[in-house]
This record gives sequence, C-alpha cells and structure tokens, in this order.
Amino acid sequence: MPTLTYRDALNQALREEMQRDSNVFLMGEEVGIYQGAYKVSRGLLEEFGPQRVVDTPIAELGFAGIGIGAAMAGLRPVIEFMTWNFAVLALDQIVNSAAKMLYMSGGQIPMPIVFRGPNGAALQLSSQHSQAWETWLAHIPGLKVVAPATPADAKGLLKSAIRDNNPVIVLEGEMLYNTKGEVPEGEYVVSIGKADLKREGGDVTLICHSKTVTVALKAADTLQEQGVAADVLDLRSLRPLDEAAILASVTKTNRAVVVEEGWPHCGVGAQVVDLIQRDAFDQLDAPVLRITQADTPMPYNKQLERAAKPSPEKIVAAARRVLYLE
Amino acid sequence: MATATAPPQSADLARTDLHRQMLRQMLLIRRFEERAAEAYALGKIGGFCHLYIGQEAVAVGSMAALRSDDYVIASYREHGQALVRGIAANAVMAELFGKATGCSRGKGGSMHLFDVEKRFMGGHGIVGGHIPLAAGLAFAVKYRGGDQVCLCFFGEAAVNIGAFHESLNMSAVWKLPVIYLCENNRYGMGTAFERVAAITDVAEHACSYDMQAETVNGMDALAVYEATQRAVQRARQGGRPTLLEVRTYRFMGHSMSDPLHGVYRTKEEVEEQKKRDPITQLAHKLKDDGVLSQEGVDAIDAEVRAEVDAAVRFADESPDPAPEELYTHVLAD
Repeated sequence: MPTLTYRDALNQALREEMQRDSNVFLMGEEVGIYQGAYKVSRGLLEEFGPQRVVDTPIAELGFAGIGIGAAMAGLRPVIEFMTWNFAVLALDQIVNSAAKMLYMSGGQIPMPIVFRGPNGAALQLSSQHSQAWETWLAHIPGLKVVAPATPADAKGLLKSAIRDNNPVIVLEGEMLYNTKGEVPEGEYVVSIGKADLKREGGDVTLICHSKTVTVALKAADTLQEQGVAADVLDLRSLRPLDEAAILASVTKTNRAVVVEEGWPHCGVGAQVVDLIQRDAFDQLDAPVLRITQADTPMPYNKQLERAAKPSPEKIVAAARRVLYLE
Repeated sequence: MATATAPPQSADLARTDLHRQMLRQMLLIRRFEERAAEAYALGKIGGFCHLYIGQEAVAVGSMAALRSDDYVIASYREHGQALVRGIAANAVMAELFGKATGCSRGKGGSMHLFDVEKRFMGGHGIVGGHIPLAAGLAFAVKYRGGDQVCLCFFGEAAVNIGAFHESLNMSAVWKLPVIYLCENNRYGMGTAFERVAAITDVAEHACSYDMQAETVNGMDALAVYEATQRAVQRARQGGRPTLLEVRTYRFMGHSMSDPLHGVYRTKEEVEEQKKRDPITQLAHKLKDDGVLSQEGVDAIDAEVRAEVDAAVRFADESPDPAPEELYTHVLAD
C-alpha cells in the first residue's frame, strides 16, 4: 500500500471524486493558481480547469453562500476555507442556509456540499489562528461533522463527504498535513459515523479525534511502559457520533478519558461524557475525566502555548487518576 | 395591408392579455394578504407574518419577464412572489397555517415558502443571507452552460449587509446571470433608510462592481416588467448581472406584530403613498386602454376573492403534519 501524506491523501480524494462526478467542483481562497494555502489542491487547476477549481476573493460568507446556492441547483461543491478560523465569517451560511435548507423546504432541497479546511492550533499562531471549532459545528442538526486523524481516514472520509447528500464539515488537522501513513489506492471510502479503535487495550479508554489521536497514542505508549493497556478510540465522526463504539469500549474498560483540542465548556467531550454516564453508568469504575485546551485564548509564547494544549503527559496523568494509580 | 398589420395586432393581443394577467395577479396578492391578516388576528397563522400589500407591482412586473425554468429566490416577505410563481394559493395559505398540505409541508411557514418544481428556491429569513445563494444558483446555471437566470428579491435594508456586497462583487467578476432586485420600500422595519445608509440611491452601489443598474418606479408594474426584461436579456444572453432598484412602499407594518405608522412614519405619509396604489394605477390604465371595464375589473376581483376564500378553507381543513414529521428531513438519505 502506498504511503502518502495527509495532504496528498486529501488531494487524491478530491482528484478521484472530481474525475468521478463532473458536478463536483472546488472553490475557495488560493485553491487554483496558488495550489492551495496548504497545497491540498495541488495540480487540480491544471487537471480540471478554472471552471471547476475556482479562486475566490477573501469573502468567506459570500463564497460559502455561493456554494450553497450551487448545491441547491444540484451541484456538489467542495468549499475550502483557508482555516476554520476564517470560516466563522461564513457561519450564518453554514448554520442558517446549509443546515436547514432540507428541513425548512419540507424535504425538497437536499444540500450536497462539503466545507473543509484546517482546524485547531498549529504552532505559535496565537489567539485568532489557533482554535478548534468542532463544538460549534457539531451542535447543529442538519450537519455532519468529521475530523480525520490519519491519511487513510482523510481520504476515505473526504470521499464519503463529497458523495453525501448532506452538508458535511471536514475538519482537517493543521498539524497533520505533513504526517504520513498508508493509504489504499483508488476506491476507498470510510463511512461517516464510524469510530475506529486505533489501539486496543483493556484497562482504560482514551477517546479522541483529529490531532489528539496522535497525542493519545503517545500517551498509550507511556501507559504501556507503566503496565496499563489503553483502548485508543478515534471518533472520526463527531456528528453523527458512534455511540455504540464508545459504549462498547467503556463497557470493556470501565474507565475513560476524553481528549479534545477545543475548550472545555460545552465541548465535544461533554457530549461523550453525557452519553457514558447515561448509558454506561453501571459499568463505570471511576468518574470520566476530560483533557482539553486550557479555558483561555491561545497564547503566543511557546511555553504558555504548550501548557494550554492537550499533551501525552496530561492524558497519562488523567488515565492514572481514573485507574486510581495516583 | 392585412399581412403587415397582423403581427402588431397579435402582439397587441398578447400585451393586453399580459396586462390583464398582471392585474389579476396583483389582486390575488392583495386579497390573499388581506385574508392572511385576518387569519393572523384569529391566531390561525403564528410567528412572523410580513405582508406584501403595496408592493404587488414589483413581484408581478418582474416575474412576468421570466421563463418557467429560471430561478427565483426571495426574502421573508415573499407570499406575493410565491403566488406569482404559480404556487397554488391553497398551498401558500396552508403553509402559513402550518399545515401538512403547505408548500413546505408546514415546516417552513410564512418566511420559508419553497417549490422546487416551480424553481421557487425559498423565502429566507436572515436579512441579506439569501443574496449569495442567488449568485450560487446563477453559478450553477453557468457551470452547466444553461441560459436560465436567477431573480433575487431583497429589501433595501439588506444593502447594508456584507453578503450583498460580496455577492455583487463575485457575480460581476464571474459574469453570473443574476438579477439583484432591491425592493426599496424605504424602511427596514422601523428605520428609515436614510438614517442608516450613506448612499440612499441603492442603484449607485452597482458602480462599485462595474455592474449595470436601473432605478424603477415600483408602483408601475409595466415599468418593472420592462426594466426586468432588459436585465433578463443581459443575464441570459451576456451572462451579466444587473442591480435593479425598484422604489416601492409597504402599506402595512413591517410584520403583523408591528404598527402601520407611528414613531417612524406618519399616517399622512402612508395615506399619501396609498394614492399611488399599484393596483389602482394598472386598473386605470387598462380601462383607459379599453381593455377592461370597471365590471371587468370587478369580475377579476370576485374571481380572486373566491380563490382566496377557498384557500383559507383548504388551509383550515387541512391536517397538521404528523408528529413524526418533527424528525424527518433533518438529513437526506
């Protein structure tokens, strides 16, 4: 199986889907001539031309809405945001137009559109460029939200997203673009709504998604050295949430730590904890703990930034607490 | 010569038919909205209900210039546009009543009327939020190499929103076949436009986007029709967008829960504007042209009153959506 970077896996998914269906087009800032701010769209302008790889002005709300209008007419737009921090300008369109169109039209207008781009903190980009938006988006009925952690999942989930008849939010990890992994060639799709057990243990469940999967896997290595075997459950999809997979793992381990890049208040982890306390209360041997970004805007300073982010050390400490090893 | 005069005669006939049809459509909207106001007062219609009385010539005149495969998209004051587009009065009234037989199955309501078959792509409730959607519908037309156009209705208050400017810019850059029709009724809810807009001639905004524009008397259905025809031709043949500023006036409050006049406009102003009633004006013209007598106008009025009465009965007697409809259409298969 070929080894690809996360960015090239996304590129492959886009290319294959654009070859497969002429209704699919890519629109966003710098996607064409510049080949993408993160080079995800490299080579696509040359292959598909400016009609299908459309450079936009810096007008997130406007081009998100244009994508939605095109989807109302039956096209399958892929809207790239240079980062999700900028996509906040387009939230009116995503929330009020894309997510509700099918419902408020009484089922007449499906919305086959993908909104994608990098999400979460990178390195020292400070407050306005280091944010994880999944909580905002996963809150909205009418949207699907996925957050792939590996190159293979990036390809498989983006292909599924493009084929879906609903608005799908694809949250790409800004720090993941250069990561490498084996990616199946050609037709490879990952169903939206399926979590993936990235590592199997039996003592504690580490629930994570996107970039925090890497962090949780490092934590699991450390825990293994300490004689603790962890399940690392990658949610992959935040709406719908794979509740069965979460409950299956927690039923097995009886202990869980939920990790996310976002802020703690009303976070994705809060939703996961709600599920666990409701449906696996009797299986729990300890309160479920959460590791999140610090409840502050992201600082610029390197040491402070490191302190703000989830880390393997924080996850290990939390896992030891739910195992009563501390 | 008979052969030379025949075509003008048939063109005249088509024109008078069109004018008669426009009068009928305007009367239908007027009577529909009057009955909607009554039903609202009776609690049959809930939520927000924005009436179109006074502005009928805008929807009627502009949409007469469209083909059935063109797209129409509108704001939340869209009962009139929906009726003119050919959505049955029954289905529109039933939607206002929130019934299963409504054009959005009772899930959209007054602000979200939809009929995809008629290419009526909705009423939308966030001021200006649907303007980019219009550009997107036009983008899809161009993408497919079609010759349809998209007609987008919005009020003058939407011109202060970023979505308006972003859409005009991109549709001019990309040469999209869209007609931005600003219904300037002078007030965004209770705020006079000149109090909140540096440029009060909306059409002037087109200069910023190298776009054609026209200012039109919105109380004259035929003037609106002709201006829209020019805009449609630019869009259909040249893929060029147009900004139409159609100056009109709303005879009712912003919504059913708002006063007709008071702190933001005087009763005298409203009464003065009512002298420009677009229906009276077109009826006068048809009488002057010898197309219709007063009896003819009255007969049309009686006909649309009966249609609206039937729509109210239909809406009243229609069932609510089934309880399980709460959870349908959240996601498509």
